[in-house]
Amino acid sequence: MLVSMNWIQDYVDLKNENIEELIRRFTLSTAEVEDVYYKGKDVENVIVGEIVSLENHPDSKKLHLLKIDGGDRLYDCVCGAPNVRLNMKVAFVKAGGRVPGGEISKCKIAGYDSEGMCCSEAELGISEDHSGILELDTDAANGTDFKFLYPIDDIVFEVDNKSLTNRPDLWGHYGIAREFAALTGKSLKPILQTEPDYTGDTAIPVEIQNTDLVYRYSCIQMDNIRRHVSPMEMKIRLTYCGMRPINFLADVTNYIMLELGQPTHAFDARKIDKIVVKTPQSPFTFQTLDGNDRAIDENTLMIYNNDTPVAIAGVMGGLDSEIVSDTTSVVLEVANFDGVSVRKTSSRLGLRTDASMRYEKILDPELTLIAVKRFIFLVKAADSGAVVASKLTDCYTKHYDTVTLQFDKNYVDRYTGIDIAKEQILNTLTLLGFDAKEENGLFTVTVPSWRATKDVTIKADIIEEITRIYGYDNFEIKTTRSKLKPVRYTVQKSEESQIKDILVQKYLMHEVHSYIWCDGKKYKRLNIDVEDNVRILNIPTPENGTIRNSMLPTLLSFAYDNRGYSDAFSLFESGRVVDGVDENGLCREQRKLGIVLFDKTVSEKELYFKAVGIIRFLCQSLKHADPSFEKTAVEHNWQHPKNTSCVSVCGTPIGTLCTLHPATLEKLDKSASVVCVEIDLDALSAVKPLDLVFCEPSKFPSIDYDLSLVLKDGVLYSQIEKAWTCLSIQELTSVKLIDLYEADGVKSMALRLSFSAPDRTLSMEEIQGHIDQILANLNTIGIHLKA
Amino acid sequence: MTEKTAALRQAFEEKLNAVGSSEAAEQLRVEFLGKKGHISALMSELKNVPADQKKQAGQTINELKKYAEEKILEKSAQMHQMEEQRRLDAAESYDESLPMQIECGSYHPITLVQRELEEIFLSMGFTIEDYNEIVDDYNCFEALNIPKHHPARDMQDTYYLSTGQLLKTHTSAAQNTIMRKYGAPLRAVFPSRCFRNESTDACHENTFFQMEGIMIDTDISISNLIYFMKTMLSEVFKKDINVRLRPGFFPFVEPGFELDIECLICGGEGCPSCKNSGWLELCPCGMIHPNVLKYGGIDTEKYTGFAFGLGLTRLAMMKYGVKDIRVFNSGNLKSLSQFISQ
Repeated sequence: MLVSMNWIQDYVDLKNENIEELIRRFTLSTAEVEDVYYKGKDVENVIVGEIVSLENHPDSKKLHLLKIDGGDRLYDCVCGAPNVRLNMKVAFVKAGGRVPGGEISKCKIAGYDSEGMCCSEAELGISEDHSGILELDTDAANGTDFKFLYPIDDIVFEVDNKSLTNRPDLWGHYGIAREFAALTGKSLKPILQTEPDYTGDTAIPVEIQNTDLVYRYSCIQMDNIRRHVSPMEMKIRLTYCGMRPINFLADVTNYIMLELGQPTHAFDARKIDKIVVKTPQSPFTFQTLDGNDRAIDENTLMIYNNDTPVAIAGVMGGLDSEIVSDTTSVVLEVANFDGVSVRKTSSRLGLRTDASMRYEKILDPELTLIAVKRFIFLVKAADSGAVVASKLTDCYTKHYDTVTLQFDKNYVDRYTGIDIAKEQILNTLTLLGFDAKEENGLFTVTVPSWRATKDVTIKADIIEEITRIYGYDNFEIKTTRSKLKPVRYTVQKSEESQIKDILVQKYLMHEVHSYIWCDGKKYKRLNIDVEDNVRILNIPTPENGTIRNSMLPTLLSFAYDNRGYSDAFSLFESGRVVDGVDENGLCREQRKLGIVLFDKTVSEKELYFKAVGIIRFLCQSLKHADPSFEKTAVEHNWQHPKNTSCVSVCGTPIGTLCTLHPATLEKLDKSASVVCVEIDLDALSAVKPLDLVFCEPSKFPSIDYDLSLVLKDGVLYSQIEKAWTCLSIQELTSVKLIDLYEADGVKSMALRLSFSAPDRTLSMEEIQGHIDQILANLNTIGIHLKA
Repeated sequence: MTEKTAALRQAFEEKLNAVGSSEAAEQLRVEFLGKKGHISALMSELKNVPADQKKQAGQTINELKKYAEEKILEKSAQMHQMEEQRRLDAAESYDESLPMQIECGSYHPITLVQRELEEIFLSMGFTIEDYNEIVDDYNCFEALNIPKHHPARDMQDTYYLSTGQLLKTHTSAAQNTIMRKYGAPLRAVFPSRCFRNESTDACHENTFFQMEGIMIDTDISISNLIYFMKTMLSEVFKKDINVRLRPGFFPFVEPGFELDIECLICGGEGCPSCKNSGWLELCPCGMIHPNVLKYGGIDTEKYTGFAFGLGLTRLAMMKYGVKDIRVFNSGNLKSLSQFISQ
């Protein structure tokens, strides 16, 4: 919203104030000022001139050769405006002077000297009218500075509308003037109004059918309005505040809206007999005054003249009843409509107007009568022949409750942390229009009507009023006196952090972030199906509407995007997935870690074992336990049916390890090896870590015994291992895999068994005894020593 | 005997002069001074020398022995030194400026910024909480004093799910759960991914990170709020930061503020980054609305509190000079692999 400081100064005396500093304080105390414009600053050397000679240009139908009396001398001017007349008083910018379009210099136009320019309103930046040059209706002497005639110097600032959403009172200059009054401690001047002086019996009948949507409806008729063009001062203010002057009556309604924040609407009185406010029985099309057809449904609150719709309540009037050039008699509507209803209507129609924006904020119903009386004042001030031609009709259907709040000084002190004097509290609240009293330490504050529609309802709201005017810059900054307690990261948090460190620092992986939904297009590139899951109802791209049930497809997609980045890289993401819904139909949200290893330099098998190593390292670091792996059926079509394993630690399943199905791998990169890991972080966090138990190293030598075993197809190491684990040999301290090889079609494995005892040197016979037992066990599963 | 000794001495000297390496010196030592060396041999001949000359002859040989020992030791040291010098001369001086590749892993920039903030808050007694990304209407709106039809719901476009739940639009959605879990007094921060249904461009993302903080106790004041924000931000930016509060409207705080920091680029002088105002809008904050405390089961007569919301994504952009917000969720390693550590 644009605010004119000239307008503000109609209501608060800021004569000796630093306006720029005040605007800065407005940002700190009320709402953010986004920009400040210095209007009229670029208008220089524009004077009142009179056309004293007028000749047609010999070679042009449009151009005229003028002599302008500039007070000091006559000036030559070549002018193309259609409305030039002899003895016309014009705004003349002398060569060397300036208008918002730039500096004007002496030049030759179509062969003739021109020593300046006759300006249109648009050229002076005071309206958008560029149909012709501005004709000055003035007795001022030729040569008088234009700025002496009209207040075109003004400081206009723009407030971010969003920062006014909770302040319906700030949608007009008067409310903003009240803020400046509070900031400077000056009093706010009253609004000049004229009481209706009509003595007859005529009144506009008003029938409100939806009393829940109309809080107040006031209207009055005025006749004999002959004026069509607004006074220049009004046009300048409207223009400076971003509103295009149209005609006198439309301009007055807009002026009142900008001044009071209260929208008003003027109907041509010839079109109005009886006002009915209601929602329609059935949908229809209605032409608004901007010439567009609007689809009206049964929920749209409308204004009717008897049975004819004439306006969309709170949004826009109809074309048929708008003010036209021969309108001399108007019915003025000043109403207070339900804010939610107006907001819904305007968003349904895609029609957000200055009026609807204000109604949305929930306006003070007390404003309607003030606006009516202000209208009478402004119309009569500009057109003395105008008369009020009806009684005032005022249907006040919903009064807001008076809000009175009580609190003590201690409450203010506690909330602010500082000591704001009692007098200052009372003074601030009074300047803002609150009725504030203090008795025996108890403050009693009555909220003014313009703040009582929703804005100020509780004690904490009063704290804001006091503190913002006090100024947050003036606050003493203090720490708290709360009790100290030791705090730590949660297990979940510290484990996640530890995992990230291991993956980044030890395995040189890259952490990425992706989206919580499946990207249909990207999945398709890799032959990955979007599996049924919870959906987002209102996502603009429906192919992305499904929430992911695994971290891996998006990571695979990233691997695909990065395949040119390097021959070998690994990615991981810690995030959320949804594993369908629970028994209450709500999302089963899980914290997951996804890892994708991509490598063109090693075989899939090598990479797979690297992944096994990573998982084992994570489990050892976090839980001091070795994980177990068990082949499992695939859950997703992109997983390899032979190499998809469930990972468990301490008996709890914590994730999956897999390679890719050839159909996906082929799309991703034929020449690369890819291995995926997905860990359920919640399941992992729930596993209690084993204690780290110290084991004194034996002082006696350890003896190694190597076994070379011939393997049998389908036999896993986890089965071979049982040959000695079932014996629980205390002296067997470690078993290492030395080699895994294949020669002449025979697969073999070399293992090194280490034996030692804490109290003695083991004898060869003792060890051989254990070995014989182990070999006997191996024989039962068909594994024997290599010849 | 004397002649023999003299001849041996001469032979020794000749050979000594010819020594060119420490190995040769050692060979010479063995040849003359070894158990089977020339000098030992000469000694063994002493038994054939007449008794009256024996003493003299023995002395001469011993002198030769002593002489040879000294010379060889000296030669050997000389050779050793020479060889060491030769090795030094021959050694290569390595060029560590060669463009060798090192391989590094990388953290997501959000992780780095989040960790830094978490550490700061932890050090100030705040616990770090973690909550779901999928929440319900109650937690995201109702419990935050944003009733149905409130215009505040228009401010944020929400992704609604087929389960009737929604993707959280702000970290504040965890406030109620945390208040109910811990009660008062309470100090907690809760970082999380948030979602807004809007189209993406260089400045807008539908998926981004925030970190919310709340502090509730018997006498928490606006003055405390300013203190914590100033202290925390000074830690984040590693210098004394000036902050200012302006009124800001958020339904879950009263009074509500927009917190600005003095522009980091111009130091408050005014520059294009701060639109010449000298201030940058950084985070919304305020005193927790009594209704929100009430919904959280906290006695509003006894307790007050403040809350703030930091845009982690925005902080990461400021900290690392990332101009396009889309980098964060791009998965593009050319960008993301640069964040190797804090």
